[in-house]
Amino acid sequence: MTKKTSHILLWVYAVGFIVYLLAPLAVMAGAAFNNDKFPSVMPWKGFTWRWFDELYHDVYIWQYSQNTLWVALTVVALAVPIGTAGAILVNSLKGRSRSLLYAAMISPILTPGAVIGISTLIFWSKFSVPAGLHLSILGQTSFIAAYVMLMVLARLQSFDAGLEEAALDLGASHWQTLRRVLLPHLYPAIGAGALLAFFQSVENFNITKFTRGASNTLTVYIGSKARSGASPSINALATILIGVTIVGAIGYEVWRRRKAARLALLD
Amino acid sequence: MNELLRRYGKPLTGLAVFLTAFWLLFLVILPYFDMFASSFRPYLPAVDVGGPKDVYSLNNYLTIFENADWHFFGFTFPMTIHLWVFILTILFSCLTTIVSLLMCYPLAYFMAKVISPKGLATFLLLLVVPLWVSELLRAFAWFIVLAFKGPLSLTLQNLGVIAEPIRWTWGLWGYSGVLIGLTYAYILFMLFPLYNAMTSLDTNQIEAAEDLGAKWWQTHWRVIIPHSKPGIASGSVTVFMLAVGSILVPTLLNSPSSSWFTEVIYNRMFDQNDWNGGAAYAFLLLLVCIFFVTGMMRYFRVGLADIAK
Amino acid sequence: MTASVELRGVSMDFDKYRAVDNVSVKIEPGEFFSFLGPSGCGKTTILRMVSGFIEPTQGQVLIGGQDMRGIGPNKRPTAMIFQNLALFPLMTVWENIAFGLEVRGADKAARRAKAEQLLDLVELQGVAERLPAQLSGGQRQRVAIARALAVEPKLMLLDEPLSALDLKLRQHMRAELRAIQKRTNVTFIYITHDQGEALAMSDRVAVMSRGQIQQVDVPQKIYNTPTNGFVASFVGENNKFSGTLTSVSKAEGKFKTDVGSFSVTLGEGVSRESKCRLYVRPEHVEFTLKPKTGFNSVPITVEDVSFEGNFAVVHMRDKAARRLLAEVRNDPARPPPAVGSATNIVFAPDKALVLLDSEATAYAEKE
Repeated sequence: MTKKTSHILLWVYAVGFIVYLLAPLAVMAGAAFNNDKFPSVMPWKGFTWRWFDELYHDVYIWQYSQNTLWVALTVVALAVPIGTAGAILVNSLKGRSRSLLYAAMISPILTPGAVIGISTLIFWSKFSVPAGLHLSILGQTSFIAAYVMLMVLARLQSFDAGLEEAALDLGASHWQTLRRVLLPHLYPAIGAGALLAFFQSVENFNITKFTRGASNTLTVYIGSKARSGASPSINALATILIGVTIVGAIGYEVWRRRKAARLALLD
Repeated sequence: MNELLRRYGKPLTGLAVFLTAFWLLFLVILPYFDMFASSFRPYLPAVDVGGPKDVYSLNNYLTIFENADWHFFGFTFPMTIHLWVFILTILFSCLTTIVSLLMCYPLAYFMAKVISPKGLATFLLLLVVPLWVSELLRAFAWFIVLAFKGPLSLTLQNLGVIAEPIRWTWGLWGYSGVLIGLTYAYILFMLFPLYNAMTSLDTNQIEAAEDLGAKWWQTHWRVIIPHSKPGIASGSVTVFMLAVGSILVPTLLNSPSSSWFTEVIYNRMFDQNDWNGGAAYAFLLLLVCIFFVTGMMRYFRVGLADIAK
Repeated sequence: MTASVELRGVSMDFDKYRAVDNVSVKIEPGEFFSFLGPSGCGKTTILRMVSGFIEPTQGQVLIGGQDMRGIGPNKRPTAMIFQNLALFPLMTVWENIAFGLEVRGADKAARRAKAEQLLDLVELQGVAERLPAQLSGGQRQRVAIARALAVEPKLMLLDEPLSALDLKLRQHMRAELRAIQKRTNVTFIYITHDQGEALAMSDRVAVMSRGQIQQVDVPQKIYNTPTNGFVASFVGENNKFSGTLTSVSKAEGKFKTDVGSFSVTLGEGVSRESKCRLYVRPEHVEFTLKPKTGFNSVPITVEDVSFEGNFAVVHMRDKAARRLLAEVRNDPARPPPAVGSATNIVFAPDKALVLLDSEATAYAEKE
């Protein structure tokens, strides 16, 4: 096989892969506009906006969205400081104690959500804590903090500890050193970690399913109902989310290209 | 620890230690140990806890060998259904991992070594939507695509591949639905580690191999694949773990006769109301994951840090 | 605005390794004092003990007569200039300079004014709003100096701050640093492995090896009358002869080597029994065909002459195949001997120093 033919084949394959990734999403979005009471594109029974209207008037969706938002914000508020503290701690250790602590920290990432959910549920029930979204928050935090830790740790590797010494030497307190020197260096990672934590929490199904008790988040509600009582208003919601993602992605890309152009001008 | 004190002083070090200790003790280690301990005890009403019936045994684990009624196309068979589901779950998770790897390898190579940087930026932009769409919506999308007489069946019929529409989520076909759904849901977790590993390979090495007369498959087998090992290990661990622990995808895409082990756990916990039995099965699931992770680390000779990337 | 520093019997152990071994020295207020030594000699450890990043295992560090034990780096009247400068990359130049004032709670206008004033002092205008990454190496150097001066330290600690600069800039910054020190009259403690830097800038120099101070003195004395073999070979070039002292009278004696017996001057603490060697600087060597009365003489063969402009270095060997060096001033009327020629070198007895072989000498030769 010559280089050229292999490259053509790879191009065809790559385009096919993109189609494979996008087509199901397009079908799902299409079903949001089909005037059929089941979420489907076949048979096509005519264009309609009614599923968006139904979504807007669905009280459960609104209520569970609120739950989801509160859970996600609390998880961010817990996981970001915990993950950052964990990264600083593990970064200052060496040798065996470091690998041990590191392994303990990333173990929740390598554990199935069901296991985390069950262990959280059983553990806190020993202290008479009933199931509910508060347990979902704790369960989600256990693995999301690990993601934050990994991102902050990666950023810490590029930090020059001499800067902390310079700040201390100039009379800064430990707290001032942290706030003015270390944290500004970590902010990009902390921001990205917070964003990741938020979305991980919103889309979490497994842990929340086991720990939620009688409450619901949007993801668990839709996931549990989708098969039996699915209404195309779910497709309407999905279409809105996909639309927001596309707008966000394009906006980010435009911003990135402008910034690159500006930096190119400076040089 | 001394270094930490010197760099951050007592109060801040104390805070960092407190936060980390809270996380690791109360959210990770103690719950795991508690689940492990509970899995050996019967699930009893509160009054009987600590009483004569509260004894340690392997009973919660042994139920996996019990016969249960299995419904299959209107017939009912007695069989060790939990064990079967457990084994099939592992098998199909492995299959999901292998299929993902095979599908991603050419694409990762394409992204790392063939496409121009500018083209890559556009290509990555096309991946943003599939990447940011949640697992729920990915599974739900296939729920619609795989519908009986739905888009996929119809397309295949029109292409003449199949004669009759297939009930993808019915009977034993259910596992194919799950396999398709799991692969679609987690494939990007294979693609990016693989791509990251391949970008770090110096293109000169590929050219050197070709220059020395290696055929294309020899170049891949002797140069590119060995270099991509950390990516393969990382992607495989992630995909396998997500697949074996998935609840959403099987819930949406399987059939009653092709259930997933996580569903068995859930039913045992909440339908039969046997939390400690659920703990035992959850521990089995965790063991599978630990075996898979350590096996991958041994086989590919990579560290935990490579996998976590 | 300026303070003395005193180290009293200071030692520092890292696990089993003793980095600094029982060092005592007193540095006067307003002095430019250098610690000179090869890497690993303990000089940086001394600086970190003075600045407070580490506490000595034994002994006391006093600044302005006050014991510093238990006082953190942010409470000491010191300011350090780091080897890599450690400018804060996310702050502008003026924010960097004013950082020390900011953490002391000064208001913004005062901070800005002080930053401008210091930028003038280090002769750096129009860059206040830039980020450190947008400056050249020399400019960054000046910002680091201004930042350290902004907190009005009684003591400046400089950890090889010029090592990252190219040769020309380094020479220029030497003079600049010296001028700033004289202007501000702040005590400077300077760490370097570059003998040229230490000799050119300092009021006094401490030569260190293996955690111990070998000699503390003004630069001229360090060079002209080193106290032991280590100082003689670490600072400047030297021709070395092994041998034994055959007679001693007061500060003079006879030293027997494999190429003859020489009249020599005895260094500090040298007696007949001591292990010692003879050291002769290349610039104290002259060429002559006939022996010169009152001078020591060694027959040699010239191997190579490298012309450096204002002087030339002559590489040669004696009968014992020992490599020797001579440095002669450029003078067209008296060119250096031709390569391959056999001639004699002569050197005066007062330029032939017999010095103790300290433990440190052995260490320096291994390096």
